[in-house]
Amino acid sequence: MKGEECRHLLRLLSEYVDGTLEEQLCAELEHHLADCQDCRVVVDTLHRTVYLYHQSVTQSSVPEGVRQRLFRRLNLDDIIGNSG
Amino acid sequence: MSNGKDEAFSLEALKAGDRTEFARLVEANYELVYRLAIRMLNDPQDAEDVLQETFLKALRGLNNFDGRSSLSTWLYRIATNEALMALRRRKPDMVSTDEPVETEEGEQEPVQIVDWGLLPEEELMSVEAQRYLSEAIDRLSPSLRAVFVLRDIQGLSTQETGEVLNLSETAVKTRLSRARLRLREDLSGYFGEKLAREKLAIEKLAIEKHAEGKHVK
Repeated sequence: MKGEECRHLLRLLSEYVDGTLEEQLCAELEHHLADCQDCRVVVDTLHRTVYLYHQSVTQSSVPEGVRQRLFRRLNLDDIIGNSG
Repeated sequence: MSNGKDEAFSLEALKAGDRTEFARLVEANYELVYRLAIRMLNDPQDAEDVLQETFLKALRGLNNFDGRSSLSTWLYRIATNEALMALRRRKPDMVSTDEPVETEEGEQEPVQIVDWGLLPEEELMSVEAQRYLSEAIDRLSPSLRAVFVLRDIQGLSTQETGEVLNLSETAVKTRLSRARLRLREDLSGYFGEKLAREKLAIEKLAIEKHAEGKHVK
């Protein structure tokens, strides 16, 4: 991450890891990546970062009691608020 | 919104004050709203307050809902604003949702070049690592945090995120890029240290084995 080119390409990396970067820019970036170890590490770890956050979502759940207190607050606990 | 749950609700019944219909709306969306709030605030009590406030406001505001956005986008908008207000109460001088979109020059340059992707999955997904991931979101500015949470945690599209936050798609993309790069930087410091410790342990073991080998001879 030393060169001018690295800095210039930095803004493309987010769309690149999403696979939504337009073709020409994608080719330009990949051409650079072939010769730049540092940028490859940044791309890999950026990819990992996004992946880890996606994974962490599936692990999170709503704590017990939250749903029930919500329905009570909304005066809806007589309808369906008691089943969970 | 992308979950397609909106079709299931009668706006007419909701506006007429049909409690059963509103209860169904709450049931279908409360987990999404809670998850947004907990990621924005990293505090269960604050998140629960935002959750309750969101649906109380929705209940009061239903009559003014114009149907231009989907119901879930509307709920997300209320919830995001509530979460941002909660953050503002915490750090009064820090929150600005209309932070100018920074140019390329404003992009933070990566300094951490450590290939921590080599670490085993169980280490990357440990309880301690999960806690660190949440804290790292906390260190983002509120405006970057809102975009990151909506796009990468809640899985909204760029367009939907723009609708919720009243931002152009370009602004959403720019903020998402900056948020991700900052998180990568933050995580690189954390996981990089772990990697260095592991390498050191392996080297130490190798030296010890080598010494042992010599000793035997």
